[in-house]
Amino acid sequence: MTRISVKVDGTTYEDEVEPRLLLVHYLRDRLGLTGTPVGCDTSNCGACTVDLDGETVKSCSVLAVQADGSAVTTIQGLAQGGEWHPLQKAFHERHALQCGYCTPGMIMAARDLLRENPVPTPDEVRHALEGNLCRCTGYQNIVRAVLAASGQEVAS
Amino acid sequence: MIPPAFEYARPTSVDEAVRTLAEAGDEAKVLAGGQSLLPLLRLRLAFPELVVDVGRIPGLSGVREDGDTLVIGALTTHHDVIRDPLVGRYTGLLAAATRTVADPAVRHRGTLGGSLAHADPAGDLPAVALALDAELVAVGPQGRRTIAAREFFVDYLQTALRPDELLVEVRVPKRYGWGFHYEKFNRVAQAWAVVGVAALVRRDNGHIAEARIGLTNMGATPLRAAASEAALAGAPAAADAVARAAASAAEGTRPSSDPSGTPEYRAHLARVLTRRAVLAAAGGE
Repeated sequence: MTRISVKVDGTTYEDEVEPRLLLVHYLRDRLGLTGTPVGCDTSNCGACTVDLDGETVKSCSVLAVQADGSAVTTIQGLAQGGEWHPLQKAFHERHALQCGYCTPGMIMAARDLLRENPVPTPDEVRHALEGNLCRCTGYQNIVRAVLAASGQEVAS
Repeated sequence: MIPPAFEYARPTSVDEAVRTLAEAGDEAKVLAGGQSLLPLLRLRLAFPELVVDVGRIPGLSGVREDGDTLVIGALTTHHDVIRDPLVGRYTGLLAAATRTVADPAVRHRGTLGGSLAHADPAGDLPAVALALDAELVAVGPQGRRTIAAREFFVDYLQTALRPDELLVEVRVPKRYGWGFHYEKFNRVAQAWAVVGVAALVRRDNGHIAEARIGLTNMGATPLRAAASEAALAGAPAAADAVARAAASAAEGTRPSSDPSGTPEYRAHLARVLTRRAVLAAAGGE
């Protein structure tokens, strides 16, 4: 067992973990933060995307011990003071989800894009989301929602 | 899936990492960004007794100049390689190919050294290292040694690194005025290359003075398209001459067969992609 200290959505946790424990399993099974789903378990789908020290990672591809001393932000840490994050609002308003399984990862990946590129083109949005798979919607509304969240006019 | 159980060590220096590896013999795996190793562990394709996490060793990431050589720390992430101004100025091919690796989240974690040490022939960067004539510096119990990319990739997922050696830096000769292009054929955005071609071209008066071509996924290791390189030396930088040279791009290769393509199909791709990559690198249509 290895001792770790990780800040998740603003709260610091100290835990003894097996080195093989994946970050996504730590978040879900230890901390009960089930807003981050396990999708494909093969690094493909991006459903488990979280922010680790300011950069997106696929939390199925990071060991919990690698996050020792780091700050993690999950989808559950985005809302501030009871107010949804602009991306959460935009996904809701633009109907950017059907089953919702990919949504946490999509929003985390889109947030990463908008930090680096606050006013992306539709093509840039698509490239930034290349590591996130949606099996319901065909992506159109997801791209529209990201553009809307960036403050751009988007035809509905 | 849940990885198999392993012991975990997090050395804080290269010396400590090498000592740890030497004590573990063949039973240890090095963990850098983990973007190749963790999928292998999760799929239970690897069963190391010890995982040596080198991810926090100071001094192993970043890019610096050493005379006519660019020195890239093994832990430099793909994300940082793409954005590094020195890489952009002196070895743009590396940045261009790294942009096609996986997706943004993987590029935040995955490292140049890790990709090369993993030595997947379907990975984009081994063929680029070969085309660039990069040198790889390893540290072991006996000290440092430099391995030419040509000698580094030994077989499928196998390198010249010994079990007690750690890859610490990648040295790339600076190139001035060379055109470059990485042409990758894959089925979906983030997928591995079915075939990829890394091309570097030095032009002189409308002719191709010199071309270097690395092939991704055309055998158990990355390969150079030596016949095409020879045919391009001195050839006009024009579509028909490049197409004639590219026709020999698959010579000497032994591509695998998998659901993405037969060896014949991959050979076809190598010829087509070499033509496209060389023309783009030569500034043609």
